[in-house]
Amino acid sequence: MDLSPVWLTLKLATLTTLILLLIGLPVAWWLSKKRSLFKIIIEAIITMPLVLPPSVLGFYLLLAFSPQRGFGKWLNDVFNVQFVFSFQGLVLASVIYSMPFMVSPVKSAFQQLPLSLSQASYTLGKTQWQTFRHVLLPNIKPSLLTATVLTFAHTLGEFGVVLMIGGNIPGVTRVASIAVYDSVEQMDYASANNYSLILFAITFVMVIGVFIYNKYQVKSPLE
Amino acid sequence: MIAVDIEKKLKAYSGLQILQIKKEFEPGSVTRITGPSGAGKTTFIKMIAGLITPDKGSIIANEIWFDSRQKINLTPQQRNTGFVFQDYALFPNMTVKQHLEYATNDAQWIARLLNIGKLDTFTNHKPGHLSGGQQQRLAILRALAIKPKLLLMDEPFSALDIKMKAKLITDLQVFFKEIGATVLIVSHNPQELDGISSDELVMGEI
Repeated sequence: MDLSPVWLTLKLATLTTLILLLIGLPVAWWLSKKRSLFKIIIEAIITMPLVLPPSVLGFYLLLAFSPQRGFGKWLNDVFNVQFVFSFQGLVLASVIYSMPFMVSPVKSAFQQLPLSLSQASYTLGKTQWQTFRHVLLPNIKPSLLTATVLTFAHTLGEFGVVLMIGGNIPGVTRVASIAVYDSVEQMDYASANNYSLILFAITFVMVIGVFIYNKYQVKSPLE
Repeated sequence: MIAVDIEKKLKAYSGLQILQIKKEFEPGSVTRITGPSGAGKTTFIKMIAGLITPDKGSIIANEIWFDSRQKINLTPQQRNTGFVFQDYALFPNMTVKQHLEYATNDAQWIARLLNIGKLDTFTNHKPGHLSGGQQQRLAILRALAIKPKLLLMDEPFSALDIKMKAKLITDLQVFFKEIGATVLIVSHNPQELDGISSDELVMGEI
């Protein structure tokens, strides 16, 4: 069995999760503070991939980053970067697609912390960053872990959006979920079974791990 | 001298109400703030700490902290007041000692604080493993750790038994004098601060 789709999937999920930790944490923090119309719009955009058919998102990304015109052409001409049918394209699509899985649980966790925690830290002379780093972040650890695992697991399971922007190039964009589909198309049920089993096992172990860590406090993924 | 002359619209059950306070606090004095629930006592001390912004007026300590006309509004960090929150606002991730170390690097000062708060044997406990009274004492110690010139306390003794309260108040007075702190204490219990408060601010129902 060709294991490269599995490795590619794990690489994609790891990179996506790391990028989303970097972007998602500050975004979630920012969204958790005072509400404004602007924030509501941003949050709605971040949440869209949850309800939008992945093929629609993939289609728009394909249009936006097409190297033949507009922004995609500019990226290609100036930086020689191509997002369509490339691994970096998969990363970009996954980051957008999995963002609500990182942002929503972390945002809720920040909102559930009493306001007085940050206020106490400020009166001790601590900056917003110090407060974030030493007070807020350590106190949302379980939610952060849940969000990280969900993001990773969700990226493992991507199909539509990945197929649209990445296609099915072996070793480059052919991730495990696409390999399953491809194997079935070719009537190679044994390979499809193997890929499926690996994906199932990894995701199951991760989800059960989170539930055990959170001491059986089974929470909705978007809580 | 701390001179406060502020106004703030508050949302109350019966609609918008205006909280208006004009008062001067002598340096080193201990003032008891009383008044019925909903009178705006907590809001008032939070405005002094810079955690809530008044609509207009001024707060002048050694410098201008807030002036609506000059558009001056120092941050809580710049005002550096000690604040004891009614809900204690302890950090669940930190031990007793870490709370104080987060506030100050002065190990000797930390040791003294732990001693008067009777928390020396609980230094490695997190708030979740402390009793209500211990948590409240830790909140007081943390506020004192930064040696504030102005200490604002919101119902700081409510969870302490009478004996512990009396001892702690006596000990705290020594500390207040030593660091030269002006102290404002919100209290429901009129007798609680007899003998230590030199002034009183009674806030009416708004």
